[in-house]
Amino acid sequence: MSDKPKFVYVIYIASTPDKVFKALTDPKQSARYWFGYEVTSDWKVGAEFALVKDGRRWDTGTVLEYDPPHRLSYSFHPEHDGLENEKPSRVAFDLEEINSQVKLTMTHDDFEAGSQVFPKVQAGWPSILSSLKSLLETGKELPPFWRGDYDKK
Amino acid sequence: MDAVFKALADASRRELLDRLRAENGQTLGELCARLAMTRQAVSKHLALLEEANLVATVRRGREKLHYLNPVPIHEIAERWIGKFERSRLQALSDMKQALETGDE
Repeated sequence: MSDKPKFVYVIYIASTPDKVFKALTDPKQSARYWFGYEVTSDWKVGAEFALVKDGRRWDTGTVLEYDPPHRLSYSFHPEHDGLENEKPSRVAFDLEEINSQVKLTMTHDDFEAGSQVFPKVQAGWPSILSSLKSLLETGKELPPFWRGDYDKK
Repeated sequence: MDAVFKALADASRRELLDRLRAENGQTLGELCARLAMTRQAVSKHLALLEEANLVATVRRGREKLHYLNPVPIHEIAERWIGKFERSRLQALSDMKQALETGDE
């Protein structure tokens, strides 16, 4: 079965679907929980999507589904680290309100066979989702997670 | 967080998580096929793991696919491992793994 998602992450956030959906599509908030990356798009189906940091478009894609505050998906194509030639994969967020919390289910699939992108994003998503939860619940995001980042600062 | 520790305190449940780590997105049937546990026992363990949010499920037609969800474990790490310890711990963990498996 190749059509099943490669991975599925779930996080419960004490917030509302509207606020979580807003955070997923707001560059100002994403810059905080996504470690400096701004999610940039007109948020219409078919519109361009980009993750922008320091004025550079690091990852690009197309908005595939935009159904606030229930579902958001976009294609995902890294433009860095020699990953440019890989075909785009697909990111999707599903929001569900359960007991005054939001169940946020994130799936990332449609990777090409032997994808180099897959192991990189698989490791990164839990930190981004935890940071998003932290920002929405406490008003404060988490520090960046990646190795070597502290040496640069 | 209590639910996470309770869920992880059982060797059978940890084995189920290991199986999902090796191959994500398995059905109950697939998980049962390779374990010396009854279908009922596996089903009960999976329910507890899902309650603790260590397993996420996705429906594909009539099938329910199970995924390892590392997010709660990440949250535990965030709580007790500060940002400055992290890179040192990663280095130690990489070294242990390299020495124990004999490769990178």
